[in-house]
Amino acid sequence: MTRMLLTGNGAAAWGARLAGIEYLPAFPITPQTEIIETIAKWIDFGELDCRMTTLDSEHSMITAAGGAAVTGVRVFTATSSQGLLYAMEMLYTTAGWRAPFVLVNVSRGLASPITLEPDHNDILAARDSGFLQLHCATCQEVLDGILLAYRMAEDGRVRLPVIVNLDGFYLSFTREPVEVPAAAAVARFLPPFDAQNLGFRAGAPLSEAVAVLGGSPYSYFRYQHHLAALNAEAVFEESAVAFARCFGRSYQAVEAYRCDDAELVFVMLGSFATKAKAAVDCLREAGQAVGLLRPLLLRPFPAAALRRALAGKQGVAVIDQNLSPGKGGVLYTELASALYGQADSNPMLVSFIGGLGGRDISAEEFYEMAAVTRRAAAEGQAPEPRLLYAEAELCEIKKWQAIAQVQRAKEGQP
Amino acid sequence: MYRIRFHGRGGQGMKTASRILGTAFFNEGFEVQDAPRYGAERRGAPIFAYVRAARRAIYERGVIRHPDLVIVADETLVAMPAAAVLQGVDAHCVVLIHSREPAPVWQHRLNLAGPVVILPLAEEREDRLALRQIGTACAAAAARLVGVVAWTALEQALRDELAALGDALVEANLGPARRVYDFLSPQQGCVAPGPVVAAEGYVRPDWVELAFEDARVSAPAIHAALTSEQVQTGQWRTLRPVIDCARCKGCWWVCSTFCPDGAIQVDESGRPRIDYAHCKGCMVCAAQCPHHAIEAIPEQDAPPAEDERGAK
Repeated sequence: MTRMLLTGNGAAAWGARLAGIEYLPAFPITPQTEIIETIAKWIDFGELDCRMTTLDSEHSMITAAGGAAVTGVRVFTATSSQGLLYAMEMLYTTAGWRAPFVLVNVSRGLASPITLEPDHNDILAARDSGFLQLHCATCQEVLDGILLAYRMAEDGRVRLPVIVNLDGFYLSFTREPVEVPAAAAVARFLPPFDAQNLGFRAGAPLSEAVAVLGGSPYSYFRYQHHLAALNAEAVFEESAVAFARCFGRSYQAVEAYRCDDAELVFVMLGSFATKAKAAVDCLREAGQAVGLLRPLLLRPFPAAALRRALAGKQGVAVIDQNLSPGKGGVLYTELASALYGQADSNPMLVSFIGGLGGRDISAEEFYEMAAVTRRAAAEGQAPEPRLLYAEAELCEIKKWQAIAQVQRAKEGQP
Repeated sequence: MYRIRFHGRGGQGMKTASRILGTAFFNEGFEVQDAPRYGAERRGAPIFAYVRAARRAIYERGVIRHPDLVIVADETLVAMPAAAVLQGVDAHCVVLIHSREPAPVWQHRLNLAGPVVILPLAEEREDRLALRQIGTACAAAAARLVGVVAWTALEQALRDELAALGDALVEANLGPARRVYDFLSPQQGCVAPGPVVAAEGYVRPDWVELAFEDARVSAPAIHAALTSEQVQTGQWRTLRPVIDCARCKGCWWVCSTFCPDGAIQVDESGRPRIDYAHCKGCMVCAAQCPHHAIEAIPEQDAPPAEDERGAK
């Protein structure tokens, strides 16, 4: 085992390398490209025995990934943002094939307007695709998450593709110390892919995608897919125990930080959650009992674990780094559905939207979210969802709009 | 926790500087986070990179709001609002500027309450080759100013981070790095790790209620043509192509054809003219000119270009 500085993209490449991937269909997109470049170099230098194919689009790339996975080889691929959306049809299709492979998504906000910086609307657009989802918060988790993802994907009780998500910039281009396990240790944790009855061959034609007419058989296949996804939580827990035994790092479907005696809890996804940890430490120093819950597993949704961890809490600040226009935060909605109608008295839920397009969340904003949530819990009334957006930011926009107005007037436009 | 920001132009090695410093801290047993921040097209444009180092796990992420040390590799960035060099600089923060001018001049000019340290800019034209090592020099400066990174840890970091570029380049960088490290020894340890923002008595964020605005205003549309002309990409230039009219043969205008930015136009007299407000200084024209009539002049040695429209 070596401890070295790696970017999130570097950690993703190492995860794939240690998993012994055999096939890599690829298409570039910022901020993901570094992952396939790194692996391509290893293949070039003979350090990794893997077949890499560049495709004409992400749509073809996911088709190739699914097609290769059902031949029984270990497949890895990666994309981001617009690329994930372009592949969307084939995400649903290959998940429906029950093709087990791992796709890394490097989160980046979606057009329009276009940006390079991260939020979670891309990965959440794939929420209902039937892929399982792991949301990483550190570079270490990216490497470890890929190894855990293959265990889940290839397990006979699951057999589904998995997306491992990491945030652009905040992880993709950020170096942190990462423990890179020895290949032999990984081989013990993750033996070669046991393809069971997967054996798609050109010489032995079969169809992975039966056509069904009528809702009855369709319901059967779709619900089987759902049950397999639900099974993945137990498989994840088992795999995490094995992982801790092999490597000494333990993971839970929901990470809890200083939660046991907390009155208030932040709930959020991804790398911004480590910023919440820093805020929790400072709030604790100021005598406030605040903690953090972070779902590492988003699909399957660890509802029971969240319910357990939030039982008896006064207030919960759900911080969504995404926005469903016309509704609000996706994680808030999901958490509310997990808590509603339970016998236990439920905590006050307050919804915040922050970090859209990589917009930073300051320490002061975390403190203020805790204060707002505490007030709401005391008053028994949740405020309207709050966008984290400051006066100075609006002033900047107003300045640009004024310039645009002058420009329009000059051009004689309305 | 140490929080350090490097400011420079794309191509000056700020990402490399942050990685060398990050690895040097790591070699000293620190927990480390280092990252560059760049956009779609960056050579010559202002970029920054940052390093956090602490004795315990680092939970902060992203842009450093309250730096302990700001390193400015290119003094021309200070006046550029987009570079945001002074963001979050307070009395606690040390500012190191690579400049010909002394510290009091910068202190006065920028009204800085904290210490200013100067890394002298080479006067001699021949020494400008040393600019190639400015990234490693900045890393060495930061290592010395924080005072907790020994030369051996820095040297190893430099060797590791530059190894892929070959032994000759590693050796070429070690000398300048060592000279800067030694030069700044009087200021060793002048940078102190800053505090965290306390949760008691914090400044409350001034969140606003974002009100609805008509789509004619709130859709992300651009209502006029040629707005990219407003972006003065000439400010990204570190080298200026200058046409020697005596040598220019007025060929079939190779330079204007090859210019990737369309910044060279041919005027009525059939002579090429460079639009310095938009020329990014890539020097493709200088490389392509069949008569070697285009010279590369370091931007700092060149007089203000007439059509830069106040860019310089």
